[in-house]
Amino acid sequence: MSDYILPVLISVAVVAGIGLIIGLVLSIASIVMAVPKDEKAEKILNILPGANCGACGFSGCSGYASALSKGEAKVGLCPVGGEKCAKDAALILGVDAGSVEKKVAFVQCRGNCDNTSNKAIYDGIQSCSAASKIGNGVSECIYGCLGFGDCVDACQYGAVSICNGVSVIDSQKCTACSACVKTCPRHIISLVPYKTSAAVTCSNKDKGANTRKVCKVGCIGCKKCEKLCEADAIKVDSFCAYVDMNKCVSCMKCIEGCPQGCITHFMAE
Amino acid sequence: MLIKSLAAVFLAAILTENYVLSKFLGICPFLGVSKKLNTAVGMSVAVTFVMVISTAVTFPIYTYLLVPHDLGYLQTIVFILIIAGLVQLVEVVLKRYIPSLYKSLGVYLPLITTNCAILGVTMLVLQKVDSTTLYNYTYIHAIVNSLGAGIGFLVAMVMFAGVRQKMENCDIPKSLKGLPITLVAASLTALSFLGFSGFVDKLIPLS
Repeated sequence: MSDYILPVLISVAVVAGIGLIIGLVLSIASIVMAVPKDEKAEKILNILPGANCGACGFSGCSGYASALSKGEAKVGLCPVGGEKCAKDAALILGVDAGSVEKKVAFVQCRGNCDNTSNKAIYDGIQSCSAASKIGNGVSECIYGCLGFGDCVDACQYGAVSICNGVSVIDSQKCTACSACVKTCPRHIISLVPYKTSAAVTCSNKDKGANTRKVCKVGCIGCKKCEKLCEADAIKVDSFCAYVDMNKCVSCMKCIEGCPQGCITHFMAE
Repeated sequence: MLIKSLAAVFLAAILTENYVLSKFLGICPFLGVSKKLNTAVGMSVAVTFVMVISTAVTFPIYTYLLVPHDLGYLQTIVFILIIAGLVQLVEVVLKRYIPSLYKSLGVYLPLITTNCAILGVTMLVLQKVDSTTLYNYTYIHAIVNSLGAGIGFLVAMVMFAGVRQKMENCDIPKSLKGLPITLVAASLTALSFLGFSGFVDKLIPLS
């Protein structure tokens, strides 16, 4: 009888012994080499939205939280969490929150199917990044929206949609995480202040005559808006107008005066 | 002679006896983490690291603890126990002393605790310990073998990550999309490694 039981007992003892030793070593190691936890960082991580979008410039929410707790970063860099998040973080850190400027993404192109056309039939990979690499893209305008919706895929919040061949951003849903800004191969999406102002919906940097050939609503760089602007907020640079939204007083004279109709009233609600 | 045989063991572990592509161990991370190149490299580095460390520990435990007491049959359970504990210990040590390495290995370290490729490397090498043949594995051979196995894993992962990135931009029939085409590609990659058979024996003849 004992001939059968002894090997069983020995094997059980060996495995249990090894397990015990390992457990002991591990528990000693975890006490001896315990890493002091950053409580502030953990608290801040809880109030951050957890989107891990990287819009703050750090590697995800945990990276931002640890940078905040070390005092290496400012509060209010998180566009997704917005003002409330900044206030909560400031409360934990005991610093002044300051004001957080709310931003939204904005597409500087209105070259939809009615206003511009394609120079070729494209049958390749259905993505902007692929299409933009072949012959400067399929659309006549080499600066404009390609309309394959890379920005739609990039948006975690469902704020971007393709409407008649041009991407449109729902400013209510947009959290300004800048995922679409980074994705767009044409670089025509930018973050702008969330306020009522005029905005140029064109990115074409060609001379006026060439722009007019490819798009009905392209900026021709006539500088009329520059002259009309009271607040010195609009500037034409390389044949494309640009509105400094912080200076704009929403007098809307540029919108009325633009011969191409490429300036719109942004955030009119 | 020793260096020659070590080189043969190292090359064989990478090419002819690749643990992923010819022994079909560690297929789970091979399919799961090979979508992107940087995650594939991170995973492979972690696997290599753990493979070498666990072989370094399990080999003497087997030869000096289990075999003398006729407990060779316990190797599977004991090895799993040791590898799991070792990975935990390494994690704690890295977290304390080399946080940068800990961060770069990240989630992969606990993921591979009971990975079959690691268990396979530590166990299959024991079959080669046979003093009657020319290919007798010593402790150094076992360590070099596990290093080679890790590098082989890296090679397979990086190659396959490239293949998968190419597949992303392909027009795949709907019924084959996802895992089916990945498995087809994996089998073709494995098939290509058959071309290496006999390669190491010819390159470094030991007799």
